[in-house]
Amino acid sequence: MKILVMVKQVPDTATRIRINSDGTGIATDGIKWIINPYDEFALEEALRLREKFGGEVVAVALGPSRVEEAIRQSLAMGADRAVHIKTEAELDASLVAEALGAVAREEGFDLILTGKQAVDDDAAQVGARLAVVLGVPQVTVVLKLEVDAESRRVRAERELEGASEMVEAPLPAVLTAQRGLNEPRYPTLPNIMKAKRKPVTVKTLEELGVGTVLQARVMALTLPSERPAGRILEGEPEETVRELVRLLHEEAKVL
Amino acid sequence: MADGILVVLEQAGGKVRRVAYEMLSLAQSLAPGKVSALTFGPDAEATRDGLGRYGADQTVFFGGDAFARYSSDGFGLAVAHAIDQVDPTAVFFPATAWGKDLAPRVAALIQAGLATDCTEVLPASDGRYEAVRPVYAGKALARVAIDTPRQLFSIRPNIHKPVETERAATPLAVDPQVDPAEFQAVVTEVRQSQGGQLELTEAEIIVSGGRGIKAPDNYRILDDLAAVLGAATGSSRPLADEGWVPHSYHIGQTGKVVSPTIYFAIGISGAIQHLAGISGSKYIVAINNDKDAPIFKAANYGIVGDLFKVVPALTREIQALKANE
Repeated sequence: MKILVMVKQVPDTATRIRINSDGTGIATDGIKWIINPYDEFALEEALRLREKFGGEVVAVALGPSRVEEAIRQSLAMGADRAVHIKTEAELDASLVAEALGAVAREEGFDLILTGKQAVDDDAAQVGARLAVVLGVPQVTVVLKLEVDAESRRVRAERELEGASEMVEAPLPAVLTAQRGLNEPRYPTLPNIMKAKRKPVTVKTLEELGVGTVLQARVMALTLPSERPAGRILEGEPEETVRELVRLLHEEAKVL
Repeated sequence: MADGILVVLEQAGGKVRRVAYEMLSLAQSLAPGKVSALTFGPDAEATRDGLGRYGADQTVFFGGDAFARYSSDGFGLAVAHAIDQVDPTAVFFPATAWGKDLAPRVAALIQAGLATDCTEVLPASDGRYEAVRPVYAGKALARVAIDTPRQLFSIRPNIHKPVETERAATPLAVDPQVDPAEFQAVVTEVRQSQGGQLELTEAEIIVSGGRGIKAPDNYRILDDLAAVLGAATGSSRPLADEGWVPHSYHIGQTGKVVSPTIYFAIGISGAIQHLAGISGSKYIVAINNDKDAPIFKAANYGIVGDLFKVVPALTREIQALKANE
């Protein structure tokens, strides 16, 4: 089974976001970059499927040189090799899906896994768009996955509001991972060493025939307004509770 | 010429989620008299009165057994065909599990730009729209323009007010042009989780616990408070990671992003990822024994104290308040 895992590099979730000088993006100096946490679930699931069925896991990432770190980490977790679509350009979800789709067509695949969304732009679009680019079905926000290699079908549980649903689909397909699918492994020292020798193919957008005309554009990025200082009560529990309920009832009028 | 807004929504058993009405009312405020609603399934027709009341001028129903079971590829294609025939400038989807799955599929099919999980959609020049959407789980806000002829938006629940009107929606006949036999990914079963727990992203009030509750069994005192408030229950990340509560409770940058009227943060210190996920709350109430905890900086109201004494007292006080009303 050949599995592609689409990996995005994002700022660590502990990052305090600052806006850059032209007001359309974040200031990136001093940021610690990580693999998008949901993509780690996707990669872990791919590695487990390879352990079960054999085959190959290829990590695919898009972005500038700094993305090499996320690629090395994916290889250290256990991906066999990687493709780096190297670009400094700011792409939207549609162009990212086209670029990843072009690599997927060149590579061929039985299954594509990625995170349910990236924790930077929170767009949750690339998985579904990639499925359309490749003309295959999708299952998003997957909590549990069963793959039947013989009948070439997947059965996946996806998360809904206060419920879940079982979805069946034929392979090849695109699946997006939700927290709870698995517990990603840590790279071991020998695997970190081995990762340094694993092959990484570099591609450009031009080679893949992908343009840079955006469908969606960020015109301005701002920080949310600060919340006003709150009323913090100290004292005997019974008294502070009475005052809190009074404030919620009479001042805020929300109880 | 393209005109108006098409609102694509989910229904089950003739009932829609509240976000359907929120979207219709928003659409009606932006494109008065030019709002169409589209929904699916055998009970679709039963939603007509409600859809009209909250802002649909026209309704399109893809009814019957053909659309009884959701299929992202099948429904995606049907929506794409409906967009062709209804010819709107903008299309709204709910930013729910259903809409988040469907909207990008449709956007890619019709090669249109999509802004997901929007908290605002605003009129721009030439009858077009712009949107505001939180990014980094709410640590920043992006103002987004869509440059394709059709503009697609998914709308975050619990932000816009449903507005009742006297409108009666008129049915519009549209051909979905799909064959259900060709649907690939198909839902085979829906499972309700733990006694129909209230959904965090749609909740008016949320009671949420953190490490301060010390042991899994202690979550009970939060359940008691939630019961008197009719609130949904949530948690910070450590509780979900430890397995004290299900993953579906986890609120924060790598969990759910919520926008309730009141958020009770109980024994939660306020890590930056958690504060991002609750920043859309109207009122944040913190209860914590550490008066230097970062959560108090984000809180509108707070009590510094032992949660094991404060929370049961709060439950009793609210019970008394409700009994007097």
